[in-house]
Amino acid sequence: MNRPLREIFFFAGAIGFALLWTAVSVRLPGPADLRDRYSLAILARTFPERNITDTVSAVNFDYRGFDTVGEEFILFASVLGSMVLLRQAEEKNAKPLPDAITPGRDVGPSDAMRLWILAMVGVKIAFGIYIVDHGQLSPGGGFQGGVILASAALIIYLGHNFDTFKRIMTHPLVEIAEAAGAAGFVIVGMIAWFWHQPFLTNTLPMGKSNEMTSGGTIPIISASVGIEVAGGFVLLLFAFLQETLTVEEEH
Amino acid sequence: MPGMNHLITYTGLGVAAWMFLVGLYGIVTSRHLVHLCLCLTVVQASTYVLLTVIGYRPGLPAPIFTDWVQAGSLAVDPVVQALMLTDVVVEATVVALLLAITVKIHKRTGSTDPAAINVMRG
Amino acid sequence: MTIFLLAILLMVAVAGTAVVFTRDPANQTVGVGFLGMVLAIMFMAFNEADVSLSQIVIGAVGLPLMILLALAKLRRDADVAEKEQNGKKR
Repeated sequence: MNRPLREIFFFAGAIGFALLWTAVSVRLPGPADLRDRYSLAILARTFPERNITDTVSAVNFDYRGFDTVGEEFILFASVLGSMVLLRQAEEKNAKPLPDAITPGRDVGPSDAMRLWILAMVGVKIAFGIYIVDHGQLSPGGGFQGGVILASAALIIYLGHNFDTFKRIMTHPLVEIAEAAGAAGFVIVGMIAWFWHQPFLTNTLPMGKSNEMTSGGTIPIISASVGIEVAGGFVLLLFAFLQETLTVEEEH
Repeated sequence: MPGMNHLITYTGLGVAAWMFLVGLYGIVTSRHLVHLCLCLTVVQASTYVLLTVIGYRPGLPAPIFTDWVQAGSLAVDPVVQALMLTDVVVEATVVALLLAITVKIHKRTGSTDPAAINVMRG
Repeated sequence: MTIFLLAILLMVAVAGTAVVFTRDPANQTVGVGFLGMVLAIMFMAFNEADVSLSQIVIGAVGLPLMILLALAKLRRDADVAEKEQNGKKR
């Protein structure tokens, strides 16, 4: 199908889409009508039932926890796919390309940047763990905190500490963390089966509000999701960076 | 003001439709595979705009209960936010997977033009 | 406040259009970063705090990084293929 034909089809579809969209938008209720009973019910129930102050985390990991399991496994599968696709290439080209990660190679950044990176790595890891743990009390949770934790590994690469970076990346704990996080979610859901409840029911003691132990299974699920997202993004970084690390020596 | 709130809803829906169509136009007429993946990002952004407009409640605070916002009071829709939160992180990994596929296609055929890919070979 | 919400929505539309009509992927990365930032501001303006936090981290750290790494890999593969071709010719 050549290009002008594609564009004609696209514009025909776009005009139909626009007409239907306009026909639907004039019939939608306005924002102040507040007919959405599901969200009103959740807002009314989150604090009394679960002692949680961040409603969005409660919806993500408790009330709609099953959808989050699906999304987490989408992430897992995408990381797995990227690793498989990009790792095959590394074995083929390993012969002609010299290894760039040698200690003698030092055209790195200035000392000021290295000092700043050294200071920021600790702060980033602490901040990431804070966001993951306090997901049920203030904005945060597993997904955000996991990405922040993964970015701590990224700035080690930016500081040209290739030895440290390679040691972090090839450590088996990263892969174990990703798999354990994904499995942890499912296992916590299976805990509910001991009390003859459906999968992912919140059956652990709720605790007091505004403390980290409030919400039953929610902080545990949030922590396992954080570990999984952090491990997944570090592995993704490694899959992309592996070949650039070995090719740099040539130029 | 009821008029202004409706104006925001209609503008938001219009922006969502516009971005969806523009992103699709970019995908249809793309000449570089990485450009195609980034236009997919624009289509994803249009769904975020749509969900935001659906969950919009004028003048209400975020659904985080603190000393200032009493537990159980009215707030912005939390279900829509929960949908978007996981969506943002997961779609980034899907774009990473698409970029990995792009790299493999370039290695296989030597070009990044979508029209030059002849997949159905025996 | 409503004027601000309207302005942010229009800016999102402009940023999206700019990303699509920039043909070179290396230039597009800046546009995608800008789109991410405007989306994060939009989420904050609509009082959705968790999504905004997510979008800031992904849009500023995750997405431009992966795009630039993929582009670097594409360029390196092209260089390696060219060198192999030149080696074969001689």
